Amino acid sequence: MKTLVVYLMAGGETPALAEAAVEAGADIVEIGFPFSDPLADGPVIRRAAERALAEGMRTRACLECLVAVRERVTTPLIPMTYSSLLEAYGYERFADDARAAGATSLIVADLPAGERPDLRRIQLVAPTSTDERLRLAAGETDGWLYLVTVTGTTGARAELSPALAGLVERARAVTEAPLYAGFGISTPDHARAAAELADGVVVGSRAVEVAEEGPGALGEYVASLREALR
Amino acid sequence: MSTGLYGAYGGRYVPETLIPALEELEAGWRALGEDFHQELAELQRTYIGRPTPIYETVRFAPEGKRILLKREDLCHTGAHKINNAVGQALLAQRLGKRRIVAETGAGQHGVATATVCARFGVECVVYMGSEDMRRQAPNVERMKLLGAEVQPVEFGTRTLKEATSEAIRDWISNVETTYYLIGSVVGPHPYPELVRELQSVIGREAREQSLELGRLPDAVVACVGGGSNAIGIFAGFLDDTDVRLVGVEAEGAASLGSGRPGVLHGARSSLLADEDGQIADAHSISAGLDYPGVGPEHAHLRDTGRASYVTATDDEALAAFHRLAETEGIIPALESSHALARALDLDAELVLVCLSGRGDKDLAEVLAH
Ligand SMILES: Cc1ncc(COP(=O)(O)O)c(C=O)c1O
Repeated sequence: MKTLVVYLMAGGETPALAEAAVEAGADIVEIGFPFSDPLADGPVIRRAAERALAEGMRTRACLECLVAVRERVTTPLIPMTYSSLLEAYGYERFADDARAAGATSLIVADLPAGERPDLRRIQLVAPTSTDERLRLAAGETDGWLYLVTVTGTTGARAELSPALAGLVERARAVTEAPLYAGFGISTPDHARAAAELADGVVVGSRAVEVAEEGPGALGEYVASLREALR
Repeated sequence: MSTGLYGAYGGRYVPETLIPALEELEAGWRALGEDFHQELAELQRTYIGRPTPIYETVRFAPEGKRILLKREDLCHTGAHKINNAVGQALLAQRLGKRRIVAETGAGQHGVATATVCARFGVECVVYMGSEDMRRQAPNVERMKLLGAEVQPVEFGTRTLKEATSEAIRDWISNVETTYYLIGSVVGPHPYPELVRELQSVIGREAREQSLELGRLPDAVVACVGGGSNAIGIFAGFLDDTDVRLVGVEAEGAASLGSGRPGVLHGARSSLLADEDGQIADAHSISAGLDYPGVGPEHAHLRDTGRASYVTATDDEALAAFHRLAETEGIIPALESSHALARALDLDAELVLVCLSGRGDKDLAEVLAH
């Protein structure tokens, strides 16, 4: 079965939301640690980050949120954030404390392959990545490879990116690692189409939007994605 | 980190999507040949109006002190920003890019970019915070007149920090067709190096002109926003260890004076940030200095002690602004006025100031105070 990854912004409601997502069929939960200047993010996640920061979701609070989520679910949990937080906290210390709080791995959106190779994390590759960069990222990645389907920032798109097929093909040629596709995937149709190519999908902005309506709505939405991935 | 380091600062902290574009940019930059340098030199002479003169103040300097001004305010479009814009536009042309995006704070870099886009006939989109559009309104009109699209940025601080983030997001989304023309010695490698090389013409000329006037200055003073006019003039004197290099930041935007190491807009540098790495707001009357980051080379020059960094308040800058206008008949940019303010009380006999721009754009802001 294909893997379903759901992204949620860290916050007071996140443990209940994560539990609802997992019950509805999410296999992995990404937890956003908000940053004031998120270059890779479109308007939805940027606004969610602003709100989270206004509510006091600083690094320590995010780690506590991770602990609370871990108490409710057994699936892999992956903090997703930006370098500035790790700079301030200490890269190694951040990785250690996240793991102690229940994290399975880590995603740092502005730390591309080749930079700080000693920090174990899931690498992202994009349609613009050269084959050489795909090989580098695949060699450094922690478990699976995150395929950014679009040349752009996070956010729902009307159509599944036509760039995904070529990216999957090029990535398969250099790695055996599972390939999960994200950025721009929001509907069950997108998920189904992406999963025909990749080994799983990551749903971000749309999940963050639906999560604002509470765990019930999020559970229904995730179930519809799960259904599409059978 | 392997590339583009100034000590512990610099690097390429960007989403993977941009890495191939940065590699292409660097390769294109390294491959530039004699034809590029000839075309650049010709445009510097006939289009920008270089070399810019050095002028010795007659009434501005206090008793017992000599103050020289490197007149970047006389450049076409009224500030040093055009030195960089012309060079990068030539590079963009060679990379085959037909669309250019840029950020602007004071609007000087936006105007410079709109100007070169008109000159080279390429599409131009400039991101500008809505607060800066308000306080630098004449420059918004100029950009539009030059055919650029000015995109207001309506979130966060509504100033240069947010405009830069939006310009980079545009670049991420259109990277195959678009050239990002960054306005200062900030951003991911190779931008800090590239902009430094293009601005170092200021320092090369200034050193030669100082020698013609008799001797090297005791101190070179420049305002520091992102740090491009300062690096540009410092570059000419780095090896002259007897020449003090002094950068002047706005007191409410002292990324070097009161910052900490962090990552913003693709590079590790000294930033205004809190203990969790969240970027703090900067505050300055001068839109061009109102930025919580600074170029990585400045952080390194501070750490090594080769340059020192001080601050000036809004009021000190305003006083220097009025003083230069009234004593010399030169209206300086509010950014440059910070350097003028510190030049007045610096303990040095012969001081060279980078007058990075002219102040026409600032009249409304100054009159409101
Ligand atoms: C006249 C002038 N001086 C200085 C600056 C600050 O930039 P930098 O520190 O890169 O020279 C600006 C920026 O807009 C400017 O317009």
